[in-house]
Amino acid sequence: MNPRSLIELGGAERGTPQTPRREVSLLSAAGLSKSFPGVRALEAVDFELLPGEIHALLGENGAGKSTLIKVFGGAVVPDGGEARLEGEPLPLGDPLAVRRRGINIVYQELTLVPELTAAENIFLGRERGRPLLRRTEMARAAQALLDELGARVAPAAPVRTLSVAQQQLVEIARALANESKVLILDEPSATLSDPEVERLFAVLRRLRERGLGIVYISHRLEEIFAIADRVTVLRDGRRVASSPVAGVDRAQLIRWMVGRDVTEEFPPRSPTPGDTVLDVRGLACPPRFSDVSLTVRRGEIVGLAGLVGAGRTSVALALFGALPQVRGEVRLEGRPVRFASPAEAIDSGVGYVTEDRRRRGLFRRLSAAANITISYLRLFARRGLLSLARERAAAAGAAREFDVRAADLRQSAGTLSGGNQQKLLLARMLLKPRTLLILDEPTRGIDVGAKAEIYALMNRLTAQGLGILMISSELPEILGMSDRVVVMHEGRTAGELSKAQATPEAVMELAIPLTLPSPPEGERGN
Amino acid sequence: MTRWLANYAIFAALVAECLFLALATDAFFTHSNLSNVVRQNAFTAILAAGMSLVILTGGIDLSVGSVVGLAGVLSADTLLKTGSLPAGIAMGLVVGLAVGTVNGLAVTKLRVPPFIVTLAMMLIARGAAYKYTNARTISGLPASFGAISQGALSAAVMAAVFALTWLLLMRTPFGRHVYATGGNPEAAWLAGIRVNRVLLAVYALCGLCAGLAGVLVASRLNAGYPKAGEFYELDAVTAVVVGGTSLFGGRGSIWGTLAGAFFIGILNNGLNLFHVETYDQLMVKGVVLLAAASLDRWRAEAA
Repeated sequence: MNPRSLIELGGAERGTPQTPRREVSLLSAAGLSKSFPGVRALEAVDFELLPGEIHALLGENGAGKSTLIKVFGGAVVPDGGEARLEGEPLPLGDPLAVRRRGINIVYQELTLVPELTAAENIFLGRERGRPLLRRTEMARAAQALLDELGARVAPAAPVRTLSVAQQQLVEIARALANESKVLILDEPSATLSDPEVERLFAVLRRLRERGLGIVYISHRLEEIFAIADRVTVLRDGRRVASSPVAGVDRAQLIRWMVGRDVTEEFPPRSPTPGDTVLDVRGLACPPRFSDVSLTVRRGEIVGLAGLVGAGRTSVALALFGALPQVRGEVRLEGRPVRFASPAEAIDSGVGYVTEDRRRRGLFRRLSAAANITISYLRLFARRGLLSLARERAAAAGAAREFDVRAADLRQSAGTLSGGNQQKLLLARMLLKPRTLLILDEPTRGIDVGAKAEIYALMNRLTAQGLGILMISSELPEILGMSDRVVVMHEGRTAGELSKAQATPEAVMELAIPLTLPSPPEGERGN
Repeated sequence: MTRWLANYAIFAALVAECLFLALATDAFFTHSNLSNVVRQNAFTAILAAGMSLVILTGGIDLSVGSVVGLAGVLSADTLLKTGSLPAGIAMGLVVGLAVGTVNGLAVTKLRVPPFIVTLAMMLIARGAAYKYTNARTISGLPASFGAISQGALSAAVMAAVFALTWLLLMRTPFGRHVYATGGNPEAAWLAGIRVNRVLLAVYALCGLCAGLAGVLVASRLNAGYPKAGEFYELDAVTAVVVGGTSLFGGRGSIWGTLAGAFFIGILNNGLNLFHVETYDQLMVKGVVLLAAASLDRWRAEAA
């Protein structure tokens, strides 16, 4: 890591004011820290936003961006540190008070009520008129706000009839109706087309001229060069750098985002890939993903990388028979297959372990043992009746093999730690031998020790000839565990990298393709 | 301790209730009163057994009361026309199974919420019962039909239904799938459980229980009475909820349901013994239901 990248340029700027209004920071944070069980989401993060500035917040998935804006929005109470708005301490953990002070956040998932009109949504929660609504007044005010944004939206139009771009503008209008000083946009461009993004940028520039401070979160580096004045990069919950955009290039940003030691925590692999287990050609399931081709060989771990929203989980679900209307060709050990349900996939030797244990994996109220055996109860049934003794024996055997640590396998699965819950799900899918195992974020939300155990288990399984397709948003995990890396971008496989080719920069280049001209080669060296 | 209390509250309450009535009244702990209690509550208990399966998956079946009426009149009419007791009984069971299957298909194929599907079926089945009979009672049934709802026999039928339901829930893959589907439908689907088949089966079985209860009710009246079974669906839901089964699905036991059905039945019996008016009895039942449901809520949050 280049030590110069840690130099804080914002502070120097404050000492030499360029324009009078840039003297005082609008929104500032000092030493913000926040831990969740097993994760340090923020570690002593400083942040500063000036009035009339568009400040990009950049980082990988899980770098702490969301937590930081949730602190500003009052949705998350930090463990330590403070935040100030115009020098006054900000009440932390009080969303309503924060909004009243003029900080508005447009989250990635829009929060509009589809059945209400644009005007009703804009004034939702602070309607004018009591006890009777002054509807015409609100419609007129809504019209003025929407006009100011250049949004061609009728205030009386129900929100469900609007496009996503229009809904986003309604959401921004709602923020402005609230006397906004700070506007925070969480990946606003993720669902927009290019012309829509251009229009959004025009709106943001106009708001900047009015002196608003704007925090702009995006994964798309080209957008940051197009719109932002300054950029702050977070990594693993720490601020890596804050710099005027004019002073950095794309390669530098990527280095800031990914530059860390990735070799330490992973057990060495010595793969001997065999025949092709899975062969996917032109798989599509619009609008989730449109063109995916990849192969997995026996004994091999193939990493499926990409940004959140690139469609990786949908690909896994489609391969597992859990999505309807999937097109394209899938061959399992050479035979063409098309699974109509996960039950069929399981019967054919495919396993899937979800990224979302709580919602899609675990039966919290069933016992740990029942969670292991649920997919294969018929193995323990004779003439329709379960042999509880045989079921118990099988569950105990699997729990030993996968090192599930539970005082009693009869205790409900919801009481176990995240790592043990994950092992339960692995044990469930591996109760019978598999040919292909799809792991979706296999180590999400589990502690370091359990992570190492799951990596060791993956090595053991591939040594026995299993093929593993591993989805992960953690770049170190992708690089440390995969024998090959397939990268997805916006519903397509953007490219494939061998173990030797798979550097953090190479993966990010595919995951965040460049649409603006690349900087000259000379600038890209360290 | 609180956990234990939450899980076994209904059994403790039932025992306390019986002890209290046995000590406080002379009439409660007599052979004739107890067999009367069993006979009166066997229908509700049988309906509640089927309802348990549905509620364990997170659904509800509001049509069972109407199915009691429809199955009763068709069973009585078949008996009258054929003179065959087995044919009459079989007709009632088939009607229940058929209506339940239609409910299940509407829930799984049309993807209409169970509340609405079975509310619609409640109206349809009741209307059909009235239309079939022209709103008249089918009477003149042989005395042998009345015999099947005698105290000992209806108690035996009820016991058999509960034993089979217990076996199904606790000792078959299907039963485990019922709990899994109710506890987390998405996880169940991804674990390879054919969730739609499970749902179809629980509604069909609930209908079958309702058909059986319909035959027993008709036998007790010794007539096909189109109004029979009105509001029984509410008694069945009450028994299940009071018995500790979660309306959110995935948690509950069949023995809790049996205890719940008899807790309510004996409550009615006790209130009668103390000469409490019917109107007051309704209010007491309402309060008990509310208390049981809030216990469920509290338990869900404690878990």
